[in-house]
Order: sequence, then structure tokens, then C-alpha cells
Amino acid sequence: MRPLEDYLIIDFSQFLSGPSASLRLADFGARVIKIERLGVGDICRTLYTSNLIMNGESSVFHAINRNKESFEVDLKSNEDKEIVRELLKKADVMIHNFRPGVMERLGFDYQSVLALNPSIIYGEISGFGTDGDWKGKPGQDLLLQSVTGLTSLTGNADSGPVAMGLSIVDMLAGAHLAQGILACLYRKAIKNEGGLVQVSMMESAYDFQFETITTFMNDGGCLPERSKKNNANAYLGAPYGIYQTENGYLALAMGSIPVLGQLLDCEKLLDYTDIKEAFSKRDEIKAILADHLLTASTEQWLSVLEPADIWCADVLNWNALMAHEGFKALNMIQEVEMADGYKYETTRCPIRIDGELLTSTKGSPKLGQDNKQIINEFIKQNTIANA
Amino acid sequence: MNRPLEGLLVLEFCQFLAGPSAGLKLADLGARVIKIERPGTGDACRQLSIKNLFVADDSLLFHTINRNKESYAADLKNPEDLARLKQLIARADVMTHNFRPGVMEKVGLDYANVQAINPKLIYGVVTGYGNEGPWANKPGQDLLVQSVSGLTFLSGSAIDGPVPFGLSVSDIMCGNHLAQGIMAALIKRAKTNKGILVEVSLLESILDVQFEVITTYLNDGGKLPDRSSAKGSAHAYLSAPYGMYETLDGHIALAMGSLPNICSVIGCDITDLYTDGNSAFDNRDKLINRLAETFKEQNSKLWLDLLDSHGIWSAEVLDYQSATALSNYKYLQIEQQLDLGEGKNIRTTVSPIRLDNEKLFAAKAAPKLGVDTVDINKEFEIN
Repeated sequence: MRPLEDYLIIDFSQFLSGPSASLRLADFGARVIKIERLGVGDICRTLYTSNLIMNGESSVFHAINRNKESFEVDLKSNEDKEIVRELLKKADVMIHNFRPGVMERLGFDYQSVLALNPSIIYGEISGFGTDGDWKGKPGQDLLLQSVTGLTSLTGNADSGPVAMGLSIVDMLAGAHLAQGILACLYRKAIKNEGGLVQVSMMESAYDFQFETITTFMNDGGCLPERSKKNNANAYLGAPYGIYQTENGYLALAMGSIPVLGQLLDCEKLLDYTDIKEAFSKRDEIKAILADHLLTASTEQWLSVLEPADIWCADVLNWNALMAHEGFKALNMIQEVEMADGYKYETTRCPIRIDGELLTSTKGSPKLGQDNKQIINEFIKQNTIANA
Repeated sequence: MNRPLEGLLVLEFCQFLAGPSAGLKLADLGARVIKIERPGTGDACRQLSIKNLFVADDSLLFHTINRNKESYAADLKNPEDLARLKQLIARADVMTHNFRPGVMEKVGLDYANVQAINPKLIYGVVTGYGNEGPWANKPGQDLLVQSVSGLTFLSGSAIDGPVPFGLSVSDIMCGNHLAQGIMAALIKRAKTNKGILVEVSLLESILDVQFEVITTYLNDGGKLPDRSSAKGSAHAYLSAPYGMYETLDGHIALAMGSLPNICSVIGCDITDLYTDGNSAFDNRDKLINRLAETFKEQNSKLWLDLLDSHGIWSAEVLDYQSATALSNYKYLQIEQQLDLGEGKNIRTTVSPIRLDNEKLFAAKAAPKLGVDTVDINKEFEIN
């Protein structure tokens, strides 16, 4: 039995933040029904990355929305609204990520839904909060990375701002929403109480930076300074970083500088005997390391450093990663199948419960594919007739 | 407010960031979290400082990750301490650890043994690379996990070589996943009354972070990510204009949007580069460079006002000084003060989750090593 078996989640959210939360809940065993706009659906269906279309829809939509059902509705029609209300009466959780004000206009704001279902857990994600001067601004990942200082942490000192090359703030907001919902589902299981869970991308972006922003707050407002080259963390000294070798790259996470000097046979490093210099002279030390590591292969360096328990690793791309036995041992890839028989490969849930992988063979839904089944199952004929 | 996890007792045997960040999340949601620490040294993070910042005996970093917790000192290798710990485990709802595979088996606190002490215990384990395969015994360190996971080929520009995320993203996401798994297990336990094993690893978590782009890779004939050569490009898989652009006095970010529309608004001629919708992908690098020439000519405010007035998604790129001065930063109450006693305090962030219209403030500072041992022994009648 999966932990959330028999829970019903009605998910109005689009793109990545909300849907990534409901994907996690689906893999935990909940039944997730996407409420999608008539004729269009989740806009993510047509938001292509690298122009890749799979079975008529974007690859990212397939990644985010597997293991869910789709219910296509016109939220401006009273009849469809009535059906959605019926679903909400039976739901344990509702999720949305519309901009503030939209759900109030549609009549699915927290107070209205609470009146339908007093023990519902209502989860919402906003960009910048549900009230205040910034509430109307678009909650888009890169914009959130930009305004929260996150782009000042990655890359080298002279790189200018460097974004993290994934929609990391969306994913964090989704992870936090899932946590709030799970906490409330626990409370509901004990006390039968519902609850309101609110997450904003801005707060999630700062939670992600809790170490660095706390350092900034208590360090007289000193800004993070990335190293000139080979930066991997603005706040850490040498050797922390990735270095080019004769045939590839090497990641180095720690090691006293003179010890590294001995192991790597690099005389210049032997002079840095004061432990504080690893930070205060990191640019100079990293430059020496960078020159020296170019003189042999990644394998040669690893064969010296690993036996000495220096924390280091090869730097792999996905081809090399997926060919590696270490990756294969994880069974991280699963194949899923859509209702029309289209199959695709994707990653599985990263959490194991009682030693089992939370895999699921169910692919993403075509827009509205579950309408008939959902109406048969949840809606009494007279409800529609009376709407 | 009644916090959802009130009444639950969590024993945290974890060190560093991944496990303890999960403990912090559970604490803010209402659980009582007791760190189980080795006498004399404790969580190694106590001495792991950034910029040599310490608060009394412990690093500011430790304070950031371990606020809102208690500390119980016990030596797993001392039979008397171990016996006391077993009494405590018998009363707990959750325990977490991030020891390397085999360590807990040796002291007899692995899941199988602990089930005999407390059959209702949720047992959370963090590893670097899982329990099987050739990587199982490698050190679970964030930069190394980023490096083997392919993540370093997603940020920066094509000429940069691998670029790691400038934060411990594997640790933090793994902590998020552990917290999720533990809470899902608690929900199940409320029905079955049985213990559950929850396992996460840094590598699986950082692969999950890449789930969209890995899915694209898997279904696109194994085509590797193709970062732009243009400075400021922000996503290997998205088309122009997605990225950050230098202006006369700073930088601005542009999200996805219609290029012809944006270019007509900012007065940038792209007719030679943009012939149809595919051009935004096909000529991505040239288009980003072309737009960059235009954005360089004016200051950020002028561009942002102009773009905003046309409904084009853009934002200023800020550093911590300007970001923390934003009105919305104060409005959302990103910060709280932790009371260290004797009139001292430190500023840090608050939980990002709001419940029932309240922020989950928690002003309790991180514990000194073993500061709660005596009281906990008394409370649970441990001897």
C-alpha cells in the first residue's frame, strides 16, 4: 500500500511549480485529477524545450504530469463549475497556482471551497505572495532567480550574473507546497482538520539560500564573492571547484593545500601551510591547481587522490553517467505508457519506502481523456440536470 | 495555531546539511527535534564555518541549519549511552541518520534492530549514492554529486566547461525529499500503526531536480544539452530571448516571450535572424547577442518600465543588498531573529511555508552541544 492511497487531489495548477508537487503526491499513491481549461489545457502542454514534441505535446509536460488524470472543463460555464464543486466535495486536497484574484473570480477561493468541504486542504503557490505591491508580478523562474540574488552565486567573479540552468525556484516551491500539504494530511489523519497551505516562489528562493543569506545578514552586509576561476561556492576556499584535466574534468571538494601539493606532485602548493590561506589566497591557489591538473588525465589524478581519501570525482555528462554501473544500480529510469499506447522513458520518484521504488507505469493524460470516467464516478445525474 | 506535526518526536542522528535541513523543516512544522550528537564534538557542522563566522562555540552555518532543535549528547560506542538511546528511541516517532552504509548495523541501530525496540518508528536514511552498486561507499558530498550527475552542463555558457550550481543544491533537495518521505510515512502510519523505512540519496535527489531535461534527453535520441555561447544565457533548452542582459547600469532578466513583439518594443532589428517561430531555437545564440547590443544602450529602469508597460516578463537582476531592500522582502517577512540569550541575537530566514494564514516563525536558537541531555533523561525517565 502506498502512503497516500485513497487520497483524492484536485489540481488546477499549470507549468511546473504546482504540478511538480502533485506529481510527488501521485507517486506517494494519491489520485491526482488535473482540472484543465477547455480546448487548451495546462499551458505546459505547448511549452516546448529544445523544440521536442512527443506524441503532440512538450517533453516537459510528459515529465511533470505522468501518473495523473485530466478533466477538461470550462470554468466559466455554470454546469462545469457545478461538476468541479462536486469533485471538491470529495477531495482531500486542492491545488492551484493562478495569480492572486483569479480563484476569487472563479468562485474557487479558499473560503468558497471551505464552505463546500470543511476538511479540505487548500494549497496555493504564488510568485510573490497573495497580497502586497508585488502580487501581480509574473511568478516566472528566471525572474525569481534574478530578483532574489541567486544569480550572484554561480559562475566566476567576472561572469556577470549566472542563472542556475533549471527552473529551480519552481521546483523548490513545489517541494515546499508538497511538504505543507503532507503535514496537513497528517494532521487531518489525526484530527480530521483541513488547512490552508501557501507558498510563494520568493520565499522558497530565500529558503534555498538560507545559509548564504544568513551569512550575509550577520556579516555586516558583505556580498558573496565568487572566486576568479573554478568557482563552485562563493563562500568556500580552495580547492573547492571543478578543474580541467588533460582529457576531461575533475571535481575537488576538500583537501589541505600542502597535502594536495604532495599527492599531486605540485611543489608550488607546498608553501600554503597556513590553513586560512585556503580562503584568503584561493584565487592564486586555484590558478596553480588549474595549471597543474591540465598536465595529466582525470583517471591519473583520481588514482592518486581517491586512495588518499581526498573527496574528488570525475565530471560526467548524461551519456557517461547513464553508462556507469553506479547509475544503473539506482534503477532511476522508468518507462511509462499513455492511454493511447504511446510509451516514453522518464525518471522515477527519488524516494524509497520500505525498500521499494515508487515507480508507476501510467503516462501523462491527453487533455480531457478522463472526463467520461470522472463524471460517471463522481457526479449523480441529477446534479448536472439541476445545475 | 496548532502546528500539524505537534506531539511528534524526531531523533536526528544526521550531520552536515541534507538530513539536518529535513529536521529543520519538520521542526518548523511542529515536531520536536532532538539532535543526537557525539560528546565533545557533536555535529561536524558545528566547526564547519563559512567566512570563519562563529556564534559562541559554533559556526553560524550550524546555527542556520539547526535552529528550533534540542541537543542530546550520546556516544554510540559507549554501551551505557547506547542503552539510554534505545530508551529514547522506544519513545520516538521518527529517527533519521546519514551514516555511511554499515555504520548503524555495527552499533545495532539499523532499521531491523530498531524495529524490535519500537515497531512504530519511521526510520529515515540519507546516503550519497544509495546502498548498492560501485558508488555506495563514496563520500556523499554535494559538489561531487553535482559533478557525476550531469548537472554541471546546464548552467553558464558553452565555453565555460562544467559550471556547478553555487549552492549545495543536492543536499538541500535531498533534505526536502527526506522531509516529504517522512511525512508521507507518518500519514500511512496513522492508519497502519506500523514503522516504515524511508530512504533518499543525494544522487537520486539531484537527478530528480533534472527530471524535465533528462526526460527530454531520453526521448530525443540522447542529445546532450547545448548551452548557448552567449553571455547571460540562462537555460540550455529554452529559446531566445530567455536570459540576462547587461544594461548601462546593471543587468535585467527576460523570460520567455514573443521575439518580434519584444524587439519591436525595444527597437531591435532581428528581421535577418528571425523568419519564423523556429528561429528562436535555431538562431538562439545570435539572437541573444543581437538583443544584448540593444540592451547595453540604456539603463535598467528604462528597459524595465518599457517592457512592463507592454506586459513583457522581465525583472532586474539584484545582489543581496538590493534584493533584501525590496519592499516585498519585508512584506513577506523573509527574516526572523533568533534569541541567543544575554541580549544577543542573529538574523536568519523563516520557514517558506504558511499555514492557516500564519508564517511559521520559530525564534529558538540552535542548541549548545548536549545542552538538553539532563532534562531529556529526566523527562523520559531514562537512566
